[in-house]
Parts: sequence; C-alpha cells; structure tokens
Amino acid sequence: MIEVKNINKSFDDRQVLFDISARFDKGKTNLIIGQSGSGKTVLLKSIIGLRTPETGEILYDGRNSLAMNTGQIKELRKEIGMLFQGAALFDSETVLGNVMYPLRMHTNMTWRDCKKRAEFCLDRVNLHNANNLYPSEISGGMQKRVAIARAIALNPKYLFCDEPNSGLDPKTSLVIDELLSDITHEYDMTTIINTHDMNSVLGIGEHIIFIDKGYKAWEGTSAQITTSGNAALDDFIFATPLFKDVKGYLVSQGR
Amino acid sequence: MNLIKKPLSDFGEYVMLMGRTFTRPDRLRESFRCYLDELYKLGVSSILIVIIISIFIGALITIQMQLNIMSPSLPRYTVGYSVREIVLLEFSSSIMALILAGKVGSNIASEIGTMRVSEQIDAMEVMGINSANYIILPKIAAMVSYIPFLSAFSMITGLGGAYFVALFTDIMPMATLTHGFQAYFKEHYIWYALFKTLFFGFIISSVSAYYGYSVKGGSREVGRASTNAVVVSSVLVLITDVLLTQIIMG
Repeated sequence: MIEVKNINKSFDDRQVLFDISARFDKGKTNLIIGQSGSGKTVLLKSIIGLRTPETGEILYDGRNSLAMNTGQIKELRKEIGMLFQGAALFDSETVLGNVMYPLRMHTNMTWRDCKKRAEFCLDRVNLHNANNLYPSEISGGMQKRVAIARAIALNPKYLFCDEPNSGLDPKTSLVIDELLSDITHEYDMTTIINTHDMNSVLGIGEHIIFIDKGYKAWEGTSAQITTSGNAALDDFIFATPLFKDVKGYLVSQGR
Repeated sequence: MNLIKKPLSDFGEYVMLMGRTFTRPDRLRESFRCYLDELYKLGVSSILIVIIISIFIGALITIQMQLNIMSPSLPRYTVGYSVREIVLLEFSSSIMALILAGKVGSNIASEIGTMRVSEQIDAMEVMGINSANYIILPKIAAMVSYIPFLSAFSMITGLGGAYFVALFTDIMPMATLTHGFQAYFKEHYIWYALFKTLFFGFIISSVSAYYGYSVKGGSREVGRASTNAVVVSSVLVLITDVLLTQIIMG
C-alpha cells in the first residue's frame, strides 16, 4: 500500500500540487486521472521520487520515502517497476536485453537464469519472437509490452504507469489495460496508473483519484465516476461526443 | 549578472555530476562491458577520421613550409624539422583534440541528451541505478584511455603524409625530409603531447556528458546541448593547452 499525505509541489513560483493526500491499496489498479497539465504526472513522479515535494509524506507500506537516505531509496527502488509514457526502453539493448537489464544490475543470477526470467516475463506479456529486435524495430504497442515485462522482471511490489495508452490504437490500449489489471491481481502489487483515457478509467479503474488544477477534486471507483456530481469531473469525462451520448443516456435512465 | 551566475551555476552542476559519476559502479562487470562498447564507439571508430585528417594535414604543412619559409639562408632540413615539431607538439594532440571534440563530443552529448528526453535516464533512476555512473563513467574512461593512442596514430600518419609529399612530388628529396625529422629530436616532446591528451580526453568526454545529461525539453534542446558541448569543450581544450604548455614547457 502507498499513502501520500499533504503533498505540495512547486516549480519556481508556480505551485502545481496543492495538499494532495490519498491512499493506494495493494492488489488494486489505482488510477490518477485529470486533464493534461493538471499535475498528475508531477504527482506520480513525486511518489516515485523523480521529483521532490516541498512538504508531505510518501509512505510505502509505512516507510516514508522522503525521509530515507540514498541507500534506503536505492533499496526501495528495487521494489518498484515503472512503465513510462514513451516506454523508455534502452535503444542500445535488444528486447531481451532490456528485460534482462534490471536482473543483471540488481541480482546475482547467472546470465542463463536472467535470460530465462526475461523470457518468462516476455511470455507473460504475450510477446514472442521479438527477443533479438531493437526497440526501434518494434511497434509502439510492443514497446509498451516490453516495458511492462521489464517493469515486472524483479517481481516488484509497486508498479507505476505513466499514461500507458498514449499513442496506441484503442484495441492495443485495451490489451495493455487488461495486461496491467491482470498483472496487478496476479502478483498482488500496488499499481498506480496515470491516465486520461476514459476507456481505461471505466475498464480497469478500481480506485480513481481525479486531479484538477493541482487539487484532488474527487475520489471513487469506476462505478461511481459517471454519477459523481462533480462539475469539473463531469466536464473531464463527458468531453467527447461519445461520452456526451453516454451522459444523455444516463440522464434519460434517471441515474 | 547572469553572465557570471550562469557559468558558475553550470560549473557547480558539472562538479556535482562528476561527484555522482566517480563513485564505485554498482556492477563492475556491467560497467566494464559498457567501457568496452565505448572504447569501440568513441575510440576505434575515430581512427579512420584521425588517419585521413593527419595524412592530409601532414602533407599540407610540408607543402606550405617548403613554399613559404624556405630561403637560401635556412638549412634544407628546416622543413622536416618544422613539420615534425608542429605535428608532434600541437597538431596530433591539441588540434586532433579539437577535431575529436566535434566528432566525439557531439556524439556523447546527443546520445545522453536523447536518453534524457526519452526518459531512459529516469528509467534507470527509478530502477535504483546511478545513471551518471553507469552512463558517463565508461565514456570518460574510454576516452581518456584511448585518446593517447589516437594521438600516436595521428603523429605517425601526419609524418607519413609529409613523406607522401616527398615521395610523390619533387618539392624536396626524401633524405632531406628524413634528416629534418631526425634533427634535434627530443623524445620527451612525444610524452608531453601524449600526456596533454589525457586532459583533453577528460574535458571532451565529461563536458559533453554534462551538456547531454542536463538537457531539459526536446530535440531542439538536444541539438543545442550538442553544439554547446562542442563549443565549450573546444574552448576548454585550448585554454588547458596554453596552461599545460606554459607549466610543462615554460
């Protein structure tokens, strides 16, 4: 479980996060949603430790990462898997090399065992016959799957995903969403996904936090989101014609 | 005020980055593998350009010397002597370092800058890996350990270029050129030139790595970082050259 308490973050004179507190439970797909520029990526990067908030606490199963020394942070990060928006695969490594990388760096496994584990992870994300290809030689969806395989290689307790569906077609997005949801439940991880894809929100959002202009504006589940009564959230989720129709339907049903 | 503040702030960040770079690698075997890769990428792949430039510059210096400074009042071996001194003392170390600042410096800055903007460096940090140490240290080690060999190649092929001129033109006899090459030869000039290259190698690789590592933004900033890396490392190579020359030879 990850808990954030009273997080404030500024860049120079511009404050982007205002007193954010939230709890992300283990074994659930926790979503942080909000418009572009709302501060959700800053919040995610603050939780991971790539940004340092001015105030607050970030508790990983009770351990405050903001109070840790370098060695403790290094140990904590071995428990973290991260899927970046652009996959962030290492150009110089093959698909297999990318997945083996955290194993090579953090374990004393033999090369053969690392390879075996990497192949298992690639198999888990349904990626076959791409082991020897370089990231530039595979599609965006495949890159995301390699990044997921890399993220789970060390069997992390915590999985972070920054807009996993950006740049993907709806069908591939669905595959990635299902994969993330399955992996979360299978490995009982605390997963936090940063997204503004409404299909993801409705499809896999077991616990959702809505960030608006740097404030936590709403918290709930995908079942509650369409009937939240929160004006900013309604503006966000019913922005597209399709979801406007959904809203019309819901209203006509008296919900 | 910004004219003073910016370079000082950059220098401070550079020192801090070097502090993170020069730590014990997490995995020595991985770092050694990276070092070998860099040795090939930065060093071996530069041999051809070093040889081509050195041959032509050696030949050109010989032709210009013969055409412009020779007079009856000077001994005939002056051309060979001058060519040797120029090639050994400055061209193969300092000028070659400037050429490498362009080739290798821009390569390092753009590679690391691209890793920064594509979040590969963030990915390493999230994995608990000291990205500065993992990425930059092998580059610096490779550059510093290989640049003396490139300089030595440059010395040999530069003088070889002069021989080509004597061999394929009739501007001077081969024996006279050889006599000039051997006249008043001081072996320590070679060691001095090779010693200088260690500093140049460090400057080129570390400064370029700093500019690449500190990129913020997108491809435009990567391009700018690459240019800044070449400009700043070239200027620093020249300043260091003057200082070292004064300290060692003065």
